[in-house]
Parts: sequence; C-alpha cells; structure tokens
Amino acid sequence: MNPSMAAVGAGIRRGGIELRQTLTNVQDMWNYVFLPTVFLVVMYFLRGHKVPGTDFSLGAMSIPSVIGMQVAFGGLVILATVLIIEREDGTLLRAKATSNGMLGYLVGKVLTVSGMSLVSLAIVLVPGAFLFEGMRLDSLASWSTLAWVLLLGLVATIPMGAVIGSLLPGPRSLGFVMVPTMGLVATSGIFYPITGFPVWLQWIAQVFPIYWLGLGMRSALLPASMAAAEIGGSWRHLETIGVLGLWAVAGLILAPIVLRRMARRESGSSVAGRREKAMQRNPF
Amino acid sequence: MRELGRLPRNVEDTGEGVVIDVRDLRMRYGSVDVLRGVEFIARRGEVLDLLGPNGAGKTTTIEILEGFRMRSAGEVGVLGVDPARGDEAWRARVGVVLQSWRDHGKWRVRELLVHLGRYYAPYGTPGRKRPYDVDELIETVGLGELAGKKISSLSGGQRRRMDVAIGIVGRPELLFLDEPTAGFDPHARREFYDLVHRLADLEDTTILLTTHDLDEAEKLADRILILAGGTIIADGSADQLSRRMSTKSEVKWSWDGQSFVHSDADPTQFVRKLFGQYGEAISDLEVRPASLEDSYMSLVREFESGREGRAARKFEEVVG
Repeated sequence: MNPSMAAVGAGIRRGGIELRQTLTNVQDMWNYVFLPTVFLVVMYFLRGHKVPGTDFSLGAMSIPSVIGMQVAFGGLVILATVLIIEREDGTLLRAKATSNGMLGYLVGKVLTVSGMSLVSLAIVLVPGAFLFEGMRLDSLASWSTLAWVLLLGLVATIPMGAVIGSLLPGPRSLGFVMVPTMGLVATSGIFYPITGFPVWLQWIAQVFPIYWLGLGMRSALLPASMAAAEIGGSWRHLETIGVLGLWAVAGLILAPIVLRRMARRESGSSVAGRREKAMQRNPF
Repeated sequence: MRELGRLPRNVEDTGEGVVIDVRDLRMRYGSVDVLRGVEFIARRGEVLDLLGPNGAGKTTTIEILEGFRMRSAGEVGVLGVDPARGDEAWRARVGVVLQSWRDHGKWRVRELLVHLGRYYAPYGTPGRKRPYDVDELIETVGLGELAGKKISSLSGGQRRRMDVAIGIVGRPELLFLDEPTAGFDPHARREFYDLVHRLADLEDTTILLTTHDLDEAEKLADRILILAGGTIIADGSADQLSRRMSTKSEVKWSWDGQSFVHSDADPTQFVRKLFGQYGEAISDLEVRPASLEDSYMSLVREFESGREGRAARKFEEVVG
C-alpha cells in the first residue's frame, strides 16, 4: 500500500477511536451537554417571547442559530484548544516522530471535530424539536440545506482553528480567542435577531463565520417567512457561500504553512521545556 | 586526540555499515557554542552510549540526529541521509524514545501500538517485516497484563516501557533512546538490557542512547562516547576507558581493628610493602581497579577545570 494512503487510513481509524473516547468520557459528555441544557432551559422559560415584528417564537429561532454557533465554535475554538493541549503533552511530537504521522493526525483530528459537531448538533436539535414549535423538520430541502451549511461551515472553520491553535503559544493564551469569540456570539444574531443591533455592529459580525453559520442554519430549519427578520429580508445563500468560502480558502492556504512551521519547532526539549513551565505554574 | 578511539577516516567508513556519520557538528544558541565540532561514527548493530555532564549537549546532539533540530554547521549523515532533509521514508527507518512523554493518555496500550504500527506497514520488506507483531511486542516489553489498560493508568516504569514499545513498533534500523531506564525497578532494568541486546544482535538495530548511569553504560554499550564542553572527549569501549584512563586502583585493608583506604598506581607493589611491614596483622584486603565511574569522573573533572589539553594528551598517551 502507498504510505500516504496508509496514513490516511490510520487517520480515519484514529478519528473513530478518539470520537469513541470522547463519547464514553463523563467529563467530555458533561461539557457537551451542560451549555446546551442551560440554553434549552432558559429558552423554554422565554418561550412566550416572539421574534420582533413576527408571531414566531424566539426560542425556536435560536435553536438553529445555536447549532450554527456550535459548529463555528467546534471548528475554531475546540480544535485550537485540542491542538495546544496536544502540543503540550507531546502528541504532536509523537505524530512527527512517526512516518507520515502528521498526515494521519490531521485526518483524525478533522474527523473527530466534525463528529463532535454532529453530536453537539443532535444534543440541541433533538430536544429543541420537542420543546419548540415552528421548525421545519419534515422537508428534504431543510435537511439538504442543513447538510451543505454544516459541511461548508466545517471547511471554513477547521483549518482556521488549526491556524489559531498553531499560532498561540500555550493554553493560557486561549483567552485571547475565547473572549472575542464570546463577543462575536453576542453580536452575531444568535440569541436575538441581528437587525436589532446598530449597523456598524452588523458589519463586524458579517465578517466572521459565526453569523453566517447561524443564518445558514436558520434558513434550513425555519419557515421561509422568517427570512423577513434577517438583513435584507433574505436568507442570502449566495453571500453565505461567498463569505464561508473565503474563510475556507484562506484557512486551507494558511493551515499547511502554519502547521508545518509549528511542527518543525517541536522537539523533545521543547515539549520538556513547556512541561517544566507548566509545573512551575501549577506544581500539583 | 580527535582521531583517537575511532577508525581513521577512510573509504571503509563512508561505505556500507555506517549508520551515523557526524563530522564537525556545531551548534550555537545566540552567542553560546553548545557543540563545537562533534565527530563520531556508528556502525550497523552497534550500541553507542552518549555520556556527559548535564548541559554538555547530549540532547541537542540527539535531536539534530533525529531531525528535530537544525544544526548551525557540520556534516551529519543518518542512514545515509541528512536528517535536516529526511523524508517520511527515512523517518520510517528511525525509532525515537524521548525523555518524557505524556501523550495519548486516553488510549489503551494495545490500541495505540496497533494504530501507530499501521503507518509502517507500507515500508515493510521481505527481510524486515514492518510493523512488529503487536502482541509479541507487548510481551517483549513486559506489558502483557496491561494490553487493555488505559495509558494514563500506567506507572512511571510501565509508561517508559510503553514508550520503548512505540519507539520500536516500526522495527527501526536505528533507535534513539534518551535516558531509557528512568523509573525502572531493577527487574525491569534487567529485562530492558536484554531487550536492547536482542534488538542489536537479532534485529541488527543500531542504538544510540544517553544515560547518566555509568553502570548501565557499561552493561549496555559496545562503545561509550563522552561529550563534554561541546566535543567528544573520549570514545571507546567501557573496558578501554576504565583500564586506560585511570591509572590508580583502590586498596582497602584493616589493621588493628581499623579500616584503611589507599589509592595507588601500582597496587601490587603497595600490597607487597604492606605485608612486608605488618605481615599477618593485615586482614580484609581488597584491591579494586578503577571503575568506569572513576575514569569518567576524573576525565570530566579534568576537562571542566580547564585542563582540556592535559586530559586529552593523557588519553592520547594511554590509548595511542
């Protein structure tokens, strides 16, 4: 067999193994379930609230928005976090020391993060479908839109997440990503229609993938009439493809360069050095 | 000195059988020279121990050979390839065991070895089947009972054996071991020595290891390289080093209920005199030739106290 194909095959199995590990780990499952549960409970209590200017439940509107946000979050923040942690504990160096190991590692990681996104999606969508009325779940068009938005969203965010994870020096610098991301979530029309925000804020949100993923998911799962509450009164599929596509292209160009640079710097003493630093910070 | 303890550079050295070939290797961090002209050769199936005080540049040297670090100057050939330009096919022939690994804690022992073995399968040849049979490998490193356990649940010594197993799962032609037996109990240590000898003798694996333990170096290595001050200051078998480096032996005896110790370059003469003087009053006589540790300590001490020239000359005299 060709060595690269063997590594891709190993990477696919790796993704499966890691996904199984995370799904059988109590701590990981708690992380998956905790925030969606809080969100669903809050939205349930607010179920009487309507999207301004419509008769549609704010709770039902926010279900697809939150799914979009989770996809963006998984690709950008979770992947970056995993990369930083696995750089610290030597997993990346192990991949580097293995023939074609980096290829297998990345294939595995893409699959793991994609699988985690699917799991998060189900955790919000399944209870959401029972708790809130108004989502279109019975049409093929809904599911095919959901599929392409999800796929495009993963391609737009995973390479960028890898870039962020490679550039950040350590776990303590994750705050530099988390805080602005939280701010973006607040302004991207996830929990409240973006048209209620000042125009300059709308423009900032429209630069980043979170808004577009939320919009794409709403276009998949909400009735066509709800497009009226969006910017320009439309689901703007072309613009969604354009912006997410640009992120994807930028990420796919940058990621190999940045990842290679990061991998080149990994060595036994760099891993040991970081470990020592971590021990000084937190001896227990 | 530079030519001592190794064969002169000739056609033989550059040909078949040379696995590591290092010439005038230099490494500079900022304004500090860590390596200043390291030279040595390793042949197929040889076990080499790189010995030296902390900060002598052992890890830097190994990392350059592993292809994990760029050198400042000099020529390096590892399996006939410059490690700075080693591709994945080259990587498949090299095994690496670093000082500290904490990776893959959620994976199970057998699961991870099977996974990592997959990368090597395309590089197998009729003469060298890759990867190792995983169950055989797990038995070989003594983790048979733990094959289904999570790696994070292994003890320090077990984890180390796991690292060694990962290092050799691709049946490497060259294996780097950085402080391999840290955390081993005496039994595990003995088994590890057997493993190293088996790899070198049966698999023809060339092994370059670093250790602080001189006793270990003596048991494991065909040849010992002492790295101090950024150069190889001695290169030879443990026997050669201890027999030739230190000229003094230690003589112990007791007389009148008291114990005495004396170091002497000519212990035979000394003991003769001792008996001549005190006769039967002497008991518990013990003559111990200088150990490798003694020769190592004196060599490094002399080197570090700035008398490099003298130490080198002395070595040259005894070896030459």
